[in-house]
Amino acid sequence: MSQKQILSSDGIPLEESLKKAERKNKLKAVLLVAPLFLFILIIYVFPIGDMLFRSVDDRMITKMLPKTFNAMEKWDGKDLPDEEVYKGLYDDLTFLKKNKTYGKIIARLNYEKSGFSSLIKKTVRKINKFEEGNYKEQFIKVHKRWGKNEYLVALKNTAPNWSYAKYLKGMDRKFDQDRNIIQVEEDRRIHKILWLRTLNVAFWVTIFCFVLAYPISHLLATLPMKYSNLLMICVLLPFWTSLLVRTSSWMVLLQQQGPINDLIVWIGLAADDNRPELMYNVIGTFVAMTQILLPFMVLPLYSVMKTISPSLMRAGKSLGGTPLVSFVKIYFPLTIPGIGAGCLLVFILAIGYYITPALVGGASGSLISNTIAYHMKSSLDWAFASALGTMLLVGVLAIYWVYNKLVGIDNIKLG
Amino acid sequence: MANDHFVKFENVDKSYDGKQLVVKGLDLDIAEGEFVTMLGPSGSGKTTCLMMLAGFETPTNGQIYLDNKVISDIPPHKRGIGMVFQNYALFPHMTVYENLAFPLRVRKIPKDEADKKVDKALSMVSLQGFESRMPMQLSGGQQQRVAVARSLVFDPQLVLMDEPLGALDKNLRESMQYEIKHIHESIGVTVVYVTHDQTEALTMSNRIAVFNDGKVQQLSSPDELYERPVNSFVAEFIGENNTFAGEIIDSSGDQCKVKLNSGTEILANPIVAKAKGEKTTVSLRPERAIIDPEKEMDNNHKGKIEEVIYHGDHTRLRLDILGNKEFILKVPNSSNRIDIKAGREINIGWNSVDCRALDPK
Repeated sequence: MSQKQILSSDGIPLEESLKKAERKNKLKAVLLVAPLFLFILIIYVFPIGDMLFRSVDDRMITKMLPKTFNAMEKWDGKDLPDEEVYKGLYDDLTFLKKNKTYGKIIARLNYEKSGFSSLIKKTVRKINKFEEGNYKEQFIKVHKRWGKNEYLVALKNTAPNWSYAKYLKGMDRKFDQDRNIIQVEEDRRIHKILWLRTLNVAFWVTIFCFVLAYPISHLLATLPMKYSNLLMICVLLPFWTSLLVRTSSWMVLLQQQGPINDLIVWIGLAADDNRPELMYNVIGTFVAMTQILLPFMVLPLYSVMKTISPSLMRAGKSLGGTPLVSFVKIYFPLTIPGIGAGCLLVFILAIGYYITPALVGGASGSLISNTIAYHMKSSLDWAFASALGTMLLVGVLAIYWVYNKLVGIDNIKLG
Repeated sequence: MANDHFVKFENVDKSYDGKQLVVKGLDLDIAEGEFVTMLGPSGSGKTTCLMMLAGFETPTNGQIYLDNKVISDIPPHKRGIGMVFQNYALFPHMTVYENLAFPLRVRKIPKDEADKKVDKALSMVSLQGFESRMPMQLSGGQQQRVAVARSLVFDPQLVLMDEPLGALDKNLRESMQYEIKHIHESIGVTVVYVTHDQTEALTMSNRIAVFNDGKVQQLSSPDELYERPVNSFVAEFIGENNTFAGEIIDSSGDQCKVKLNSGTEILANPIVAKAKGEKTTVSLRPERAIIDPEKEMDNNHKGKIEEVIYHGDHTRLRLDILGNKEFILKVPNSSNRIDIKAGREINIGWNSVDCRALDPK
């Protein structure tokens, strides 16, 4: 602690006067960054936070049946509950009927256990005729399911405010009656197939892109300016064309009466009456996605290759390495940062790709993103869509982490 | 026995675009063990010649021989020629050791023998102990030495160097010049060196080939090149040079009389222009003219000092003499130096032998 404090010439400690001198610059820097920071916060952090929140939020049912759940707190779930619970249920349902908002809970409860739909509907219809007192008996009289313990247990299971049931659903798993995690019935395990297909498509699209992009990028980096500019425009042209137009043009090319099929028939690879399906399956997804994501591989590779001096390959050759040896030992290792950046970029884009598989993928070529969209737009199960989205996000982060461990994020070069 | 035609360019032409010749009918012989520098302004074709020798460019016409074998059809990796590149071209992802071991590994030389060779090459450039460094961790001079060591490690008969010292600062460049010269002397390898820096060429080479316009203007030893340039390009390009334009009015053996454009007549040494009536450019080195010569010299003229520039070891005078206002004179700064001031008239003299009548510019 005997460190001597250094003073500036006017007697103020040096550290303090340095801070003072830099304060204005720091303030300026903060003000310059602030708009971007707010923008990112609003368009990026909030939506993702909201998505995470939605995927576990299960408060709706708790809010709508407050008295029921209040009374159920004391119930152990072994035998049928007391009169108090049925009284709560009566009060809640009467209130919901008056406001005509009971529709919401039907979907939620039916998801928890099928059979709730008719149970609630019938009960609500007859609830006006209930007399005061002895609600338990009256409920069971309206529908005998109210006398079955399993339905009431299912009802109690919806009580917690937070639930990770949607995540289990995304992994083809669910809670059984006793809150154990089990696999869903074999014919309903669709999400596992979707996840595997998504990974598979993303992997192969990345490989195809790499194989196609490597020579193109090399050509781009080594050709004289006037040719490489032209080639660069060819590579970038897809960027400037609408995604929809590009995908639609693939639909024209790949359809059964399309030019590619005509060519296959003309060559004699297939009979005219037995034209292969190139679209509305996984082939269409592969072809169209590879073409669309190709620039994302070309650009990082190109920018890395551009920095590799041609004299390195010459040095390799002059030192006695055959062109192949020089390529493998010298050129290729130097392009790894670009390969890493390109592959990561294409893989991450491919894993969440939506429009192309939606248009040319058909049923067997649709990916997890299409399922997310389906639950957002059609089934309106936003919580499940959010859960799938979150799983996708975690997956991407995991890939990033693995990549960082293997290659090192510092080795990525985008330009 | 040393081979006088170890490297032989025979009537070599090179064109990149089919419209212009970069190298025109080049003939050049380099003896085994020689240090030959290709010197010339940029675009004179010297690097192209080196690249053709290394195998990265093919001659449009003509043949190149290495040790009496035609090498035009041999790919670069089979020529066994060491090369040092302008920007060193060290492999940035390999350590110094791996860089040096690369040519040995592709030749499948056993590891213990390779280790010895790498060690020997590194000791030659005094870089032992740097084996595990990456090229990026080395200074420019050290990188340069690694590049030199790498070009020598597989014992090539011929090493090509393409402006290897261009990126170094002045002091380092000078010490590297000596170092490369000493390495050449100690192992006796043939070196073909390309540079546009004439001091470098004069310091290091056995012989210098001065390139201009795709042709070798003169191929001779450094002193020969400086003292006896064969044409006005070489005279201008190597060292400093004072010129007078004129016409030969009388010629007799080893002396001729030149009538300058200003009207004065001087005596000169006929080299290129010999016949009476020929136009000529007379060239004179700045240190060959003397102020107030004690001995009688065959050219004596009066000039006016326009400018005095102090240079430490010598002083340069710019004179207005015989109609040339850019005439430079070098005066050594000794203790008994004469009083020189701008505006003074002085008497200077030079010998007609040093005053060479070359081709007109």
